[in-house]
Amino acid sequence: MSDHPQLVIIGAGPAGLAAASVANEHNINTVVLDDQPASGGQIYRGIDSSSDKLRGILGASYTKGRALLPNAQPSGSVTWIHCALVWQVDPDGTVYYTCNSGSRSVKANHVILATGAQERPMPFPGWTLPGVMTAGAVQIALKSSALIPDGKLVLAGSGPLLYLLAVQVLKAGGGVSALVDTTPRANSIRSISSLPGMFKAGALLRDGLGLLVEMRKRKIKRYRYATDLEAVGKSQLTGLRFSSGGREHEQDCQVLAVHNGVVPNVQISRQLGLMHDWQDVQRCWHPQRSDITQTALPWLQIAGDGGGILGAEASELQGQLAAYSVAAIIQTENTATISQNKERARKALLPLQSARPFIDILYAPSDEFLNPSDKTIVCRCEEVTAGEIRHFVAMGCTGPNQTKAFGRPGMGPCQGRYCGLTVSEIIARERAVSMQEVGYYRIRPPIKPIMLADIAALPEDN
Amino acid sequence: MAIAFRFRRIDTPAAPVVNWLYEGNALTACEGDTVAAALLASGIDYTRTTPVNNTPRAPFCMMGTCFDCLMDIDGVPNQQACQMVVTEGMVVRRMLGARDSGHE
Repeated sequence: MSDHPQLVIIGAGPAGLAAASVANEHNINTVVLDDQPASGGQIYRGIDSSSDKLRGILGASYTKGRALLPNAQPSGSVTWIHCALVWQVDPDGTVYYTCNSGSRSVKANHVILATGAQERPMPFPGWTLPGVMTAGAVQIALKSSALIPDGKLVLAGSGPLLYLLAVQVLKAGGGVSALVDTTPRANSIRSISSLPGMFKAGALLRDGLGLLVEMRKRKIKRYRYATDLEAVGKSQLTGLRFSSGGREHEQDCQVLAVHNGVVPNVQISRQLGLMHDWQDVQRCWHPQRSDITQTALPWLQIAGDGGGILGAEASELQGQLAAYSVAAIIQTENTATISQNKERARKALLPLQSARPFIDILYAPSDEFLNPSDKTIVCRCEEVTAGEIRHFVAMGCTGPNQTKAFGRPGMGPCQGRYCGLTVSEIIARERAVSMQEVGYYRIRPPIKPIMLADIAALPEDN
Repeated sequence: MAIAFRFRRIDTPAAPVVNWLYEGNALTACEGDTVAAALLASGIDYTRTTPVNNTPRAPFCMMGTCFDCLMDIDGVPNQQACQMVVTEGMVVRRMLGARDSGHE
């Protein structure tokens, strides 16, 4: 591997894989850094090792990820490093990572950040109990190890993933005790005016309706417009308490899969100090980009859900677009083909973008999880409650970075990944100011907990 | 070893068996399992207690973002169990409460 490749790609989900394919196509000297043992990201996790039976269960939206693999393979120009934890990116583009063989840095003229999304924090009383997992986590266990919950499973929250997971678990021979949908009633009415955009992305609409039909066919017990969620149990989950249809319910379960949509993973774009814009409907931050993938740093592009949630197909197109942009700078030949390919990817993105407003409004998170009750733990790592954050504000705390001095939220190992959005939302509401004004945690390297020995082990010229 | 919840395989696994130790108990996993996945398959109650209030935690995100599955793996503390693949003879322990710095 060259220490000075032309391109570094961080992440091997749809965006990273598509970018690596273009790098192969144009012989761009590239290093791909991925923190998983195998390619696919989370959406296509285990895509290369999953059995035929498992692929049948996971369905076409998963299996199509296989098509991304052949052209992205390691080659004379593309080097793959799996299990590589990127923990710092310098303003000059130097990328620091730790892998099995120790710590290294790599500097290229171009970096494509394709680090995707994470689940939106969904704080409610009891969400730290063992047995409460994200829906994504339950799906990862299925994708990578063919595992399903044994015993009673309840799914709770909002968004298509909950329905997809329910159907997949049933197809795999598991059971679903109930699906507790917290999507507010008002969302359906608000989303109607955006429905026409959804029709431009026919496949998405078909997949969504297909899931509802499957749900009905398989007679999954479903509660709608649920509120007042509480995971019950002393040191272990024993059930989910909630209100729906004007009544209180309690469902026994050993595993509770929660989901409230996904948000961009902005750890590296934040660590680099890029500007981020608040998105009022999706309730998350987008790193500022121009020309779809270009950031304010000339050497850095962001492709895929890390720049804003559009899904796997759009991520793939953005990965291509970003890598073609690099090819256009590096290469003197094939320029016409490169611009044609860029144009094709750009056009293919349009219908996927027009479907988003409907999905975003329909699955806009409920206020219950954006501005949780006082007793709810907001920062899982340091166990700081919503009530404590409100108390800090009452004492004069004005922003998320200041809360750290008051009570340490965001200072545990997850570095704010599961509390940052909530802490800012609570402060904005208490102070009655905008999220843009409140801002977000300052993210500092290392963005993954590493040992001092990892830094000390860097070769001296680093 | 108390078991509060468990995952099961949808198939008789085809992957070779890996032998490892969890809290002194000999367990088996499938080749390719992460430590967290292997624990779910064996059945668990919790994988660590928090340094702040000693409350129990178990794998939550399975993708390396929540850090609830931090464990002592082959003598190295604070390893993400959902990011590390089980290897033959691996020794995994829970981490309980705050670390003892050795100072009063």
